[in-house]
Amino acid sequence: MAEPLLSLSGVTSGYGQIQVLWGMDLAVNAGEVVALVGSNGAGKSTLLRTISGQLAPSAGSIRFDGTEIGGSRPDIILKAGIAHVPEGRRLFRGLTVRDNLLLGAYLRTDKQAIADDLEWVFELFPILRERQRQDATTLSGGEQQMCAVGRGIMSRPRLLMIDELSLGLSPRMVEHLGNALVALNKAGQTILLVEQDVMTAFELSNRAYIVENGRVARTGASAELARDPTVSDAYLSI
Amino acid sequence: MKPLPLYASLVVGLAILAAAPLYGDNYVVRTAAIVAMYGALATSWNFIGGFTGYPSFSTAAFFGLGAYVGALCQRSGVPMVVAWAIASVAVAAFAALLGGILLRLRGHYFAIGSIAVVELCRLIVSSWSSLTGGGDGLNLPLVQGTPEDLMRFFLMVMLVILAASLLVTILVDRSRLGFGLRCIHQNEDAAAMVGVNTTAYKVAAYTLSAVFCAAAGATYASWTGYIDPTDSFQIVLTVKVVVMALLGGAGTILGPAIGAAAFVLLEEVFWANFIDWNRAILGLVIVVLIFFLPGGLLSLRRRLMPGGAA
Repeated sequence: MAEPLLSLSGVTSGYGQIQVLWGMDLAVNAGEVVALVGSNGAGKSTLLRTISGQLAPSAGSIRFDGTEIGGSRPDIILKAGIAHVPEGRRLFRGLTVRDNLLLGAYLRTDKQAIADDLEWVFELFPILRERQRQDATTLSGGEQQMCAVGRGIMSRPRLLMIDELSLGLSPRMVEHLGNALVALNKAGQTILLVEQDVMTAFELSNRAYIVENGRVARTGASAELARDPTVSDAYLSI
Repeated sequence: MKPLPLYASLVVGLAILAAAPLYGDNYVVRTAAIVAMYGALATSWNFIGGFTGYPSFSTAAFFGLGAYVGALCQRSGVPMVVAWAIASVAVAAFAALLGGILLRLRGHYFAIGSIAVVELCRLIVSSWSSLTGGGDGLNLPLVQGTPEDLMRFFLMVMLVILAASLLVTILVDRSRLGFGLRCIHQNEDAAAMVGVNTTAYKVAAYTLSAVFCAAAGATYASWTGYIDPTDSFQIVLTVKVVVMALLGGAGTILGPAIGAAAFVLLEEVFWANFIDWNRAILGLVIVVLIFFLPGGLLSLRRRLMPGGAA
């Protein structure tokens, strides 16, 4: 099989003296949806921040499309094709929904394609079209999440990483966003998803990694993990 | 502000200052030169403090270093205008290097770090007596001419520096750089995520905030003919400049310069009569500003004229 789109081996990272990741191995193939699940503090968000260049790995290698990207600047990594939709959404206050979305295309110069992609985001999330002139931070939580995901799409990434898709959202909104992700993936988008809600994560993804204490504890096809009693005991407490 | 009214008010403002010798005595011309100088300093601060939202207190360091580099050049025989140019370039390079280190800090930590820069510069300059003359200060070659001619000349120089800083502000405001800086102001993490090279942009803003301060400092040194460490590296100067920018409207194009004019005029006609209370009044102005006029004087226009151009 060809080299995965993204592959991590032995990646360690953290904040100053505090090490969070203790040798992560992970691979994402083109066209897949891969989920990262695990409890609070397991290192899921730290992993995404390390991949997107906000944190530099202290050891190990991060390869994307055949090139080593570990420790590069965030703008270089974005240019290489990895977009990060951060936890807590981080929209720009004072800017309209439309401007926030267009900011996702900050590094691009292909005007016509940007307009097409904006149209595509509006198709995925029709509510954003209605609210495009509104200050982005006046949207509801779910709509803000849509805007954040849309901003990620606007850089036309080859890998879209989403941190905590469902955090703080109503079940209906989660379903709506989930459907959008499925549609995105059908259109060929590779996605790496961090999700606390294990069931949602397994439902949306092809494969999943269970992260514990900065290492991969289990990995496998999502459908199988969902059926595995040891997994449900540990993570679903039912 | 729409481009036309913006340019119009800019030209009118500069013209009023430039015409000072026509309608006023030497005191008025001097005040106009001071307004222009502080306008340039506040406009410079706006790059890092207004656009980028990094509360820098390094203004006095750049001003003082500019004064010293200019003075040392002139004393070793470099023509005055060339000395000013050398001072600007040297201090800009210093700011770029320093920015790479200092801008890793954010918020209060950055503010404290930037104050430390002023103090460190002052200490180094006053200790390095063999080069800087230490606490005795430095004398500069006097410029020949009548007091009136000199005053007019330095008014024009300060106006050129102010105009240049405003011009660069307009250019930055319209560029990707300005847009990126505003993104950093709003949310630095998100800015990094949409692909703004935050480190390079912040260093660029910090360097821009230094270059015109250095030019003004070097000019000021030639103007007064004598500089010393305490006068050149004043924390109060740094604070005043920030207050001026906030008074006018931080992050706007003309706000900081307007704030500088308002502040200097208030100081001249009003506080000069309350010497003992000068600093206390400055403190009061800061408090009143933060509570009642967080958007600065320019935001009054929007409040008083609903529907007026933002």
